[in-house]
Amino acid sequence: MLIFEKSRPGRKCQLLPPCDVELVRPGKEDQREQALHLPELSEGELSRHYTELAKKCHGVNDGFYPLGSCTMKYNPRINEEMAGLAGFAEIHPLQPVSTVQGCLEVLSLAETYLCEITGMDAMSFQPAAGAHGEFAGLLLIKAYHESRNDKKRRKIIIPDSAHGTNPASAVMAGFTVVSIPSGPDGCVDLEKLREAATDEVAGLMLTNPNTVGLFDKNILEITDIIHACGGLCYYDGANLNAVMGVARPGDMGFDVVHLNLHKTFSTPHGGGGPGSGPVGCKKILEKFLPSIRVAKKDGYEVERAKESIGEMKSFYGNFLVVVRALTYILTLGKEGIPQASQNAVLNANYMMHGLKDLYSMAYDTICMHEFVMSLKDLKKTTGISAMDIAKGLLDRGIHPPTMYFPLIVEEALMAEPTETESKETLDDAIQVFRELYELAKTDPEKLHEAPVTTPVTRLDEVGAARHPVLRYLFEETSPQGADA
Amino acid sequence: MELREELKYSKSHEWVKEDGDQVIIGLTDYAQSELGDLVFVNLPEEGDQVTVGEAFADVESVKAVSDVYSPVSGVVNEINEALLDAPESINEAPYDAWFVKVGEIAETEELLSAEEYRAFVEEG
Repeated sequence: MLIFEKSRPGRKCQLLPPCDVELVRPGKEDQREQALHLPELSEGELSRHYTELAKKCHGVNDGFYPLGSCTMKYNPRINEEMAGLAGFAEIHPLQPVSTVQGCLEVLSLAETYLCEITGMDAMSFQPAAGAHGEFAGLLLIKAYHESRNDKKRRKIIIPDSAHGTNPASAVMAGFTVVSIPSGPDGCVDLEKLREAATDEVAGLMLTNPNTVGLFDKNILEITDIIHACGGLCYYDGANLNAVMGVARPGDMGFDVVHLNLHKTFSTPHGGGGPGSGPVGCKKILEKFLPSIRVAKKDGYEVERAKESIGEMKSFYGNFLVVVRALTYILTLGKEGIPQASQNAVLNANYMMHGLKDLYSMAYDTICMHEFVMSLKDLKKTTGISAMDIAKGLLDRGIHPPTMYFPLIVEEALMAEPTETESKETLDDAIQVFRELYELAKTDPEKLHEAPVTTPVTRLDEVGAARHPVLRYLFEETSPQGADA
Repeated sequence: MELREELKYSKSHEWVKEDGDQVIIGLTDYAQSELGDLVFVNLPEEGDQVTVGEAFADVESVKAVSDVYSPVSGVVNEINEALLDAPESINEAPYDAWFVKVGEIAETEELLSAEEYRAFVEEG
């Protein structure tokens, strides 16, 4: 039942404190014609409503969540404790800087550590999520070429295995996308890259390890090819969890990176986050970084570079997410950060080895933090698709891996166990995957019906996409409250 | 897999039909069955330039968004607006659900006959 259906006129709860400033009513022309449809419930009803919704969901705290390229690692409680401290939580972005020195120190420290991890020289925390960070990074590349009056560079090279957000961000930033095919080993085809590297190229977007979970061993040659044609190299930080503290994008030849603090640095992911997608860069791009940045002088101050690309979001971005990420970095320390990545890689390989005699691996080699299975043959012989296996996992309390991605692998399931899962959890999951494989062979009909234990069963995804219902339709539109 | 003898085919799974001094382009039956149920189509506008080997439209299934590549270079004379409201017609009748009619053809990539296309798909 939706919250609007539970609403009863006049029912209230006291979650907000009384207003302590004078009420100002906007002029008639600025008023809504109709009252907002706000649900009216008691605090108890409200609490039950959200608890009920939470019970219907599956999060990292409920069970295994090996969603490839999303790094659904456990979010330590200490992160929440730090973010809840009054000095961080009960502030206002327009407060005088002298009264928020500690907060500015958090931003400054987080910038220093994340630059050290990525091999960058400077960073902005304004972007609110990954794709937002990509967009900011591309605007930096654009600003760089424009500042040199090099206006013919309109193309961004992106491998066909890239995250869908890469080409989308490039187009949003005003570039045209040149897609280059991957070689049979899943890595960048160097010959095709050389052909595409012309003086019209503004840059390259790449993840390393790439979306099939492999570290591209030609990375230095790749970034050299792009630099030689006058372009810049952009690192998509989605897969940083495989290499943090071990290999640095900056040392691989990248000029710009974005990070997903909500993936790699254990801040909440899913359910609206909020996320944080800081954009980092080498010295040559620093003056273009978005908006205000923290500078350490006698105390901490905020500054804005004249050539900044401008505002990507209000004020400092999602500040409390940065507090959580910094807590994570300080908790793990210099030794813990690379260990986390090593364990992430170990867990992925352990799980892959437990499955590869049944499930065919798209690339049968040692993987990084994630691996991709292809269910193409299983589908041919049994009619059971990646989608059916995913639905079967739901019945067994496991969130499915990423499905049908990357696009270069047919019937793909892409699993990323992360470092925060125990051997027992991995063993259980391997067992479940193996049982589902047997079920596909012996009783495929059972899997076509899955899931049967979840709050909703097999959904009509095609119907939902063709005829989306995006908002609740109120029975009547009453003018209640408009003037109250 | 349904094929039509009178059509020509590209390796990126578009069908091409000659129609006087223009060509009609659509997606093959094989392509629609691989993509699965389509839920959205994005078409170019009339008067747009299309280029051999470059995307001129995209289709979205529940699984993914895929580009549709142009087998010719030319100018879009007409688009099939009916597709925008009924993407399912591509699944139901791929050889009737044309995408665009292109004129002023400057270049055409090497196209396959029905038989050659069948061999190409089966090899694949």
